[in-house]
Formats: sequence, structure tokens, C-alpha cells
Amino acid sequence: MTAFTLIHPGGRAELEATVEDDGVRVDPKGLEDALGWHLRAEGLCRGDVCVPVREPAALADTRGIDLAAFAQALGLPLAVEPDARVAAVGVSHGERRAALDSPEAPDFCLPDAAGRLHRLSDHRGSKVLLIAYASW
Amino acid sequence: MPVTVALDRRPQDVIPLIEEVSPTHPSLIDREHVLAELFHITNVPTILWIDERGRICRPHDAQFGTDTFTAFHGKRSGPYLEMIRRWVRTGEGALTADEARRLRPDPTPESERARVEHALAWHLSQAGEADAAERHFRRAGELAPLDWTIRRGSMPVRDMNPFGPEFFALAEEGAPAYPMEAVTPTRAEE
Repeated sequence: MTAFTLIHPGGRAELEATVEDDGVRVDPKGLEDALGWHLRAEGLCRGDVCVPVREPAALADTRGIDLAAFAQALGLPLAVEPDARVAAVGVSHGERRAALDSPEAPDFCLPDAAGRLHRLSDHRGSKVLLIAYASW
Repeated sequence: MPVTVALDRRPQDVIPLIEEVSPTHPSLIDREHVLAELFHITNVPTILWIDERGRICRPHDAQFGTDTFTAFHGKRSGPYLEMIRRWVRTGEGALTADEARRLRPDPTPESERARVEHALAWHLSQAGEADAAERHFRRAGELAPLDWTIRRGSMPVRDMNPFGPEFFALAEEGAPAYPMEAVTPTRAEE
């Protein structure tokens, strides 16, 4: 196993992985540290939540957890560039919709031009006009 | 309180604009398109109204603060600026939670796949893997053809001109539109 970069909703993680013709297999501990999910007899679990997996054994072998099968089991979007040893995993469509269905705006933390960090929630108690724009 | 967020991969593209205006409100830079992902933003400008409780009370709308490009997009800034002033003074114009939910843009499984392809492409671009990056930028655009944060927003890092022929070819395919744009009365012909 050698280093592999996993871009995920919380940032990016370096973990151990094996890249072969039949896919990318990642170190279960690294995957759990990055995303919180781990494989148990009953399925993929994170905190109190477990998602049943039809054949848990098929998800992992001695080389690690099959990243594509893992993403598919949880309905997570996945993009992989095996040669560059990097992949990006997102949140499921259902999770995104549920977040957007909540009346509360998702919070975020971003820097200004001087590098100072600001949170949307810093402005709780005021009306906020949130404006996304770009130079393009 | 206005909070502006620039969806620019390269801060150097937008910092001169910020310095020219030297705003007193928070003026943020979102290299990683965090805002686009969290809110399902597909073009700029995108404006959301958020009330004192932190709730979205007028979802994604593409409106403008000036009339510089009215001939291009057909919207006038005056009526919208007046709506904002009324909201700030009286709260008028805020939607109920149900209305705001009904009028928000809806992500799809494909749009979520496009976002991870885009994130991967950006990572590869920064790592100097231009050919691989280009493949994933293209894939992202195929998955979300009407997401200009991806298709136009990636042009500066792909040696394309976001105001040049590539942009006009993109515009020929049709522009992204939010449900709110049919509701907010700013069309020049109205």
C-alpha cells in the first residue's frame, strides 16, 4: 500500500491504498478517520447509523476496502484518477437535498483577501444578503 | 449585512476587484467552491436572503446591482435594489419556509457527481496534471451542462477566456436559471 489522496466534503486526507486494474482499495482505518464510516458485520456504520450491505465480504479483501463499492453502497458520488492516486468523494444526493430542505442556511467558514476567517453564523441576529459572484 | 463570496479558483483574479472597492462588509474568497457545493449554486451572481434566525427566506436568485449587462440578461437593478431596501426596513419580500423550499434549485445525482469530478479536476490542475485535469473538467461539464460555476468558472484555470469565444459558445447552449428568476419582477420588458 502507498499514499493516496482522498478529497472529501470535510477537506482532504492522505491514506494508504492499493491501485490495481480491478480498482482502488483503501486502508479501512484511513477511510474511517477521513469519513467516519467503517465496515462491520451488519454493514457500513458511522456513529449510530448503519447501512446494510448485501455482501460485506465483497466490499473488502486483504488489500482493503473497495472504494467504488464503498461509494456505491452509500450512494456517494465518486471521481477517481487512479494514475495520479487521487479520488474525490461527495455527499449523497439525498443528503444534499435534505440539507437544502432545512430552512436554516448551511454554515460555512471562508477567508477574506487578508486571510481572516469569517463564518456565516457570525451574523446571526442580522439579516444577511449572501451574494456569490466571481471575476469570471 | 451583505456578505460577498467570490467563487474564484485563483485569488489573484479577484483581489484587485476587491481592493478597488475596499468593501466594509465581509468580502470572502472561495477557492474550493465550498459555497457552490453547500448551497447548490450553479451560476453567478447568485443572491440569497437570510433572516435574523439564519433561515433562507428568499432562495437563490440571479439579480444584479447595476445595469451594466442589462442588454445581455434583460434584468434591471432598480426594482431589485428597492426590494432589498424594503426587506431590510420592513421584512417584506421574505418567503415562508415552504415557499423558499419550493423555489430553491434542486440538486440531482448527476449534479453531485459533477461536483466531485470538478473537485478532482481542480486538485489535478493544481498538481500540474493538466491532461488528467482537463478530462475531469470535461466530465464535470457533461454531468452538469447548465452549471456555469463549473463550465465557466473553470475557464480561467484551463487557459480559456471566460469572456471570449468559449463563453459565447457556452451561452449558445442556454444559460442556467433559478426558479426565483421567474418570480422576481425585474425583467426589463415587464
